Amino acid sequence: MEALHETGVTVHPATPDRTVGGVLPRWVALPESTDEVAALMRVSAAHDLAVVPAGGGTKLGWGDPPERCDLLIDTRRLLLGNGSTVEHSAGDLVARVSAGLALDVLDSTLSRFGQELALDGVPRTGTVGGMLATAVAGPRRFRYGTARDLLIGITVVLADGTIASSGGNVVKNVAGYDLGKLFTGSYGTLGVITEAVFRLHPIPADRRWITVERVSQAGAGHGTAALVTELAAALAEPSAIELDRPDPLGAPTLSALVEGVAAGSRAETLRRLMDGYGSALITAEAPAWWAVPPGADVLLELRVPPAAAHLALRAVAARGLPARVRGSVASAVLRVALPADVGEAAFAGFVTGLRDDLRELGGGLTVLTAPPEIARRVDRWGPSGALPLMRRIKERFDPDRRMSPGRFAGGI
Amino acid sequence: MSAKTLDEPARRFEELLGPGSVITDPVRLRTYECDGLTHHRATPGVVVLPESAEQIAAVVRICNEYGLPFVARGAGTGLSGGALPRTDGVLVVTSKMRRILSVDVPNRRATVEPGVTNLAITEAVRDLGYYYAPDPSSQQVCTIGGNVAENSGGAHCLKYGFTVNHVVGLEIVTPDGDIVELADVDSGYDLLGTFVGSEGTLGIATKVVVRLSRLPETVTTLLAAFEDIERGGRAVSAIIGGGIVPAAIEMMDALAVEAAEAAVACAYPEGAGAVLIVELDGPAEEVAHQFGEVTRICRENGAFEIRVADDPVERAAIWRGRKSAFAAVGRISPAYIVQDGVVPRTALPEVLARIDGLSREYGIRVANVFHAGDGNLHPLVLFDDAEPGAGERAEIVSGRILDLCIEHGGSITGEHGVGVDKSRYMPKMFSDDDLDTMQLVRCAFDPRGLSNPGKIFPTPRLCGEVPGVRKGVHPLVESGQAEHF
Repeated sequence: MEALHETGVTVHPATPDRTVGGVLPRWVALPESTDEVAALMRVSAAHDLAVVPAGGGTKLGWGDPPERCDLLIDTRRLLLGNGSTVEHSAGDLVARVSAGLALDVLDSTLSRFGQELALDGVPRTGTVGGMLATAVAGPRRFRYGTARDLLIGITVVLADGTIASSGGNVVKNVAGYDLGKLFTGSYGTLGVITEAVFRLHPIPADRRWITVERVSQAGAGHGTAALVTELAAALAEPSAIELDRPDPLGAPTLSALVEGVAAGSRAETLRRLMDGYGSALITAEAPAWWAVPPGADVLLELRVPPAAAHLALRAVAARGLPARVRGSVASAVLRVALPADVGEAAFAGFVTGLRDDLRELGGGLTVLTAPPEIARRVDRWGPSGALPLMRRIKERFDPDRRMSPGRFAGGI
Repeated sequence: MSAKTLDEPARRFEELLGPGSVITDPVRLRTYECDGLTHHRATPGVVVLPESAEQIAAVVRICNEYGLPFVARGAGTGLSGGALPRTDGVLVVTSKMRRILSVDVPNRRATVEPGVTNLAITEAVRDLGYYYAPDPSSQQVCTIGGNVAENSGGAHCLKYGFTVNHVVGLEIVTPDGDIVELADVDSGYDLLGTFVGSEGTLGIATKVVVRLSRLPETVTTLLAAFEDIERGGRAVSAIIGGGIVPAAIEMMDALAVEAAEAAVACAYPEGAGAVLIVELDGPAEEVAHQFGEVTRICRENGAFEIRVADDPVERAAIWRGRKSAFAAVGRISPAYIVQDGVVPRTALPEVLARIDGLSREYGIRVANVFHAGDGNLHPLVLFDDAEPGAGERAEIVSGRILDLCIEHGGSITGEHGVGVDKSRYMPKMFSDDDLDTMQLVRCAFDPRGLSNPGKIFPTPRLCGEVPGVRKGVHPLVESGQAEHF
């Protein structure tokens, strides 16, 4: 389209490998600055183009398919105002980062200074922007929180081309609303994230994993619950407590991570605690399944209050499907993978039934990804009492519904 | 709006809450005319003291009927005028909502009403081995509802974060008068995170679910005295640069130490140009190692005396001077302004030197107390209000300090909030587009602008209709999921 080309931004027709949930965009744009994104958004507003932002594409199949998608904005060439992709203030433990930067590149830049963005469980080929838009987090959330807790500033481009920032370059800051919270986990429905500022942490001096395979169960799920409670309260302060249950009928494996000074002796303390539940082993490397999603094709996220994690595990097992469960059991955020050939009816029954069970426990369930052909009949997001407020926010930010329309909770 | 036009709503409030929970007497109303920022005053039109979320929702709906602005207030300890009442509106005071509804150790959380004090939560769970981490200096009296509104921090937020990192659920009354629950287990936008720190402009929190933290195995507190603030500052940089994240690092300059000495006889080392307080907590071995590192770093950077506290009594002795610092300057100055600004930590030496320059230029003393670990300055600008022009000069110095913070890429407030006090500085920190975008959030929650109007934003635009062109029927309307936008 002429108007898109007039922005001076590289725009080309979309190739079939750039589909979003099965929807093929008409064009792909590769802006190199926040201003270029704004120019693209102004043209999109003038021509009623629906826009989906994308980074590495590692989670582009997550969420509902967009109702329409004219323009895919690929953020991977985005630069900061000074022409770089990272402005690292090592002395302040802060970094300003282009949203299009791949996490592995960020990791290597920061590690030269002994620092890191303490967010794991995210594909490192994915981008900062994609990580924020989907709010993915991994095992270390137990100690460090998730993206929303480490994000201290954000720059976004709204549907009409307005460039807006909130927060800033300092960790402690309560001036104005925190748009970063609103955009984290918004799946591209409010605007395009172009820059982010993060609080960093020193890379821990040392790490140990303590793992018990097949935790002994004194009553179904009971052993797991007791051990998780003990670990979460342990004064040796584990940074992460993860569970893997490959088979609904089998006993889970539990692994805890200890980081920092004296990791070895603190791990020994935890080993003694865990030994009562099976044979505990200390390793300097993570178990192979650590921070890896339990599946790729059909993936759900369960969230319950921490003490209900074992009840959520039991509820999954009771559904009778070959579901693999893995995740941050002490935070009670668990991922469930189902086989790709689960079938539409079985999947719908699983999601609906499990969602009801989790609601009883004070929790919820989101279908992170599932092929449209099996997920047609399910609400991927589930109910929320705050949906009317969310819709009002969407209406203010994107009144014409052009930002990733239909991808999000409540059809937003 | 005249007082008369409040008569009818006030009668409705009395019917709703009972006469004992509605204040209209002008003398009693004056009790509520300011919060901790006492130079901003406004007598509220009417004060209500509800006892439940349902009552607050009903009050808010009545406010909507009459178009009355409303302001929520906890203990009134805020330092930015965030709870400054409206003379033409309703002040909703949460002091009758002080119940701890549940303590749930297995889930590491407590559910409390908004009028519960910050410290009461910790006191309720300490014997169980837990505490509530955010610890603003006013924690003995400030309420959790106010903490949520301001996203309060405290000395220990360097390691543990702010209110927003420790609140996992909220029940709010929206500016329309609806009761809505926001929970971290919900799907959709992070409205919980958006609400915390919105200074009462997006509604009123009526129930707060907080995360409880495990009491650490060991706490060690260390006080180091330096000849001057530069040496102390270098020690701070070396500690953080060495990969140590202490629970707190606080610094006071000579003037602040003098004030604390006069007020509470804290007996800090004599001749100290700067006092550094470092608190380390966590697993015993980790703390022991870090303690060794921190002492070495302090000595290398010129600390001439180091004191250590390993038990609560000794720790309280070290903290006494720091915690009393704000009030203590009253002993050495008839009047003072408490400022709150943030700079990147590495800019501290330069900014402190510039503050010193401002102090000389205007002949106004500035005592510096700050959370050194995260660059959060609390300069205390001292003046004699009996001296003509001194108050004005102090205001200038205080404002110029904020300019310095902005110039160095920092913030105009680290923990006290914007309120009415700093709304005029918001355009210096944010562009019009930034502020307009924040207003989109405000308008989504509060299209009529009734919830704590006049705070945070300098010139709020009217929300009006949602901008943009409509194209056909909204899909949500079409699918029956929504009626109208």
